[in-house]
Amino acid sequence: MVARNFGHALFCAMITLIISYPIVGFDLVFTGLSLELQQVEAGTIAGILLAVAAVFVFQLFRPAIMGTLARLVGLNPLANRPPMEQNKRLKLERGALTIIVLLALIWPFMASRGAVDLATLVLIYVILALGLNVVVGLAGLLDLGYVAFYAVGAYTFGLLSQYLGVSFWVALPLGALLAALFGFVLGFPVLRLRGDYLAIVTLGFGEIIRIVLNNLTSITGGPNGIGGIPDPTLFGMEFGRRVKEEGNASFHEVFNLPYESVHKVIFLYLITLVLAVFTLVVIRRLIRMPVGRSWEALREDEIAARSLGLSRTAVKLSAFTIGAFFAGFAGTIFASKQGFISPESFVFLESAIILAIVVLGGMGSQIGVILAAIAVTILPELAREFSEYRMLIFGAAMVMMMVWRPQGLLPMRRIHVQLNRLE
Amino acid sequence: MLEVQNLSMRFGGLLAVDQVSMDVQEHEIVSIIGPNGAGKTTVFNCMSGFYRPTGGKILYRGQEIQGKPDHKISRMGLVRTFQHVRLFSRMTVVENLLVAQHRHLNTNLIAGLLNTPSYRKREQKSLDRAAYWLDRVGLLELANREAGNLAYGQQRRLEIARCMVTEPELLMLDEPAAGLNPNETRELNELIISLKEDYNVSIVLIEHDMSLVMDISDRINVINQGRPLASGKPEDIQKNDDVIKAYLGEA
Ligand SMILES: Nc1ncnc2c1ncn2[C@@H]1O[C@H](COP(=O)(O)OP(=O)(O)OP(=O)(O)O)[C@@H](O)[C@H]1O
Ligand SMILES: [Mg+2]
Repeated sequence: MVARNFGHALFCAMITLIISYPIVGFDLVFTGLSLELQQVEAGTIAGILLAVAAVFVFQLFRPAIMGTLARLVGLNPLANRPPMEQNKRLKLERGALTIIVLLALIWPFMASRGAVDLATLVLIYVILALGLNVVVGLAGLLDLGYVAFYAVGAYTFGLLSQYLGVSFWVALPLGALLAALFGFVLGFPVLRLRGDYLAIVTLGFGEIIRIVLNNLTSITGGPNGIGGIPDPTLFGMEFGRRVKEEGNASFHEVFNLPYESVHKVIFLYLITLVLAVFTLVVIRRLIRMPVGRSWEALREDEIAARSLGLSRTAVKLSAFTIGAFFAGFAGTIFASKQGFISPESFVFLESAIILAIVVLGGMGSQIGVILAAIAVTILPELAREFSEYRMLIFGAAMVMMMVWRPQGLLPMRRIHVQLNRLE
Repeated sequence: MLEVQNLSMRFGGLLAVDQVSMDVQEHEIVSIIGPNGAGKTTVFNCMSGFYRPTGGKILYRGQEIQGKPDHKISRMGLVRTFQHVRLFSRMTVVENLLVAQHRHLNTNLIAGLLNTPSYRKREQKSLDRAAYWLDRVGLLELANREAGNLAYGQQRRLEIARCMVTEPELLMLDEPAAGLNPNETRELNELIISLKEDYNVSIVLIEHDMSLVMDISDRINVINQGRPLASGKPEDIQKNDDVIKAYLGEA
């Protein structure tokens, strides 16, 4: 066993050495005007060698190690439990969601300003991930350019406010609808593609939108972005210290409160929470509607679904459009929260993070996706001192997940329609 | 109601179907038989829009349908089953029948989100129709099971029920008796006849079980190596020398 792995382990160790030594083992140093390649100190070299040795040992005993790990998973008493009764599960799920929402409602009044601000960002990611979950998890379409629709929503608000002075509440539905329209138009030509091809084309579309925004300097301001995007108002009341727009009142004056900047943050948080709950409820409903069942049917057996008269394009397009709609929502809120947007906020990495949330949470599972969104956004903030290693930790977490729980944190269990009249 | 004229289908160098013609009248059961690899399933695939035939015409109620997208043909009332059962195996039995009724999903998106009375009525109607057909094929007790967990014979019946909820005019069955025991085959025999008699569905049947074919067919078409060999009433086919030779040659 060990002998058989020896060659392989040696090979892996060599690869590690070949890759890491040139990258980590040298430093580029300025000496005067020229660049020079210098050996780094001995400690780093020792580190590389240690890593090479670790890879060698791991590969040598890999079957044994992985076997032990698999057994550790088997020790988990919950792993092999029979599936829960559907009605019970539904009640539990509904209860859990209600508690999460209630906690989320009370919490901002006790937390700090920074925490509430971060929580708003988490909620934006929750909306994004729930939306992408429709496309990837439910309809089975790998979309790597989802951030494009997020950008459409954000820029809709940014541009409308800059040129027409449109307020948040008008821009919110417009942004979502325009993003949905983009989803519809872009989806039309690409949805006949399958799997990998679809992934590549959507990736391309995502980049195209970002690059267009970046280069349309005369309209979008290019890399400089758009600033001065207004905050939401509450029935014409503004949350700033001074009223910016004529005809508006100011929140703290109306209610005779001392001015506090945290009011604005909490208000935005609550709006985002309401929209996140709206997203959750709508998608939960969609899953149990004919559209939702068609997504699943097409994912399970496309040929059979088509033979029954389901149009592949219509079904996939509906998922794509609905997903884009919610991304537009999230984009509008994001623009309002930041007050400033630029193409930099909509790079491919964002798509990747949202996709990672969906995969980590368990494709199709809503509670899983919400938990993963919280984890993926908050953990890097908590571990600030490790921020350099953020991507590394992220990657490691993904690999671990694929080994231990390829189905995600809380894999989806569909809610089945029950036929109750069993005479 | 259906007319196939000089249908040909070529896969690269292989002429899988060569100048096959046949027709189906209202209220008729027409069978296609032939040795393995004769091209029967390929004829079905052309008729149901899975393949675009390389030659010939297919007319349904006077309208040319060859090369049309499969879901459009299905919506015209030509619905098929598959030689290898294709169910949505992780959905429940009743959900399989619901999906088959979801052709016009875009119209009721908003109605569904608002859960309007008309939407609920439509959903209830779909459920009722599903329940009716489950009862009809004897699967009502299994309605809430996962389709993939059914026994083979039950899966076959579910597939037929799934076609029937779409209210087809012409049903194409690809070897529905394959893998069934004699008891189940007899039930299938009765079911097919009842589909024709009670629900006014015409049927095209591909089948290897000769007693079933001879029993229920109004007319039979024999294909051998892609070419039409004979066609006529069951009695005539049984006596046809070419047919006997083709089948003996195979055995
Ligand atoms: N998509 C395809 N590409 C290439 N060749 C094909 C394709 N489909 C069918 N064929 C070939 O066409 C011929 C006819 O196949 P077909 O499946 O129609 O036979 P069949 O009469 O249904 O046989 P069986 O009784 O075994 O089901 C076979 O030689 C098969 O290999
Ligand atoms: Mg066949």
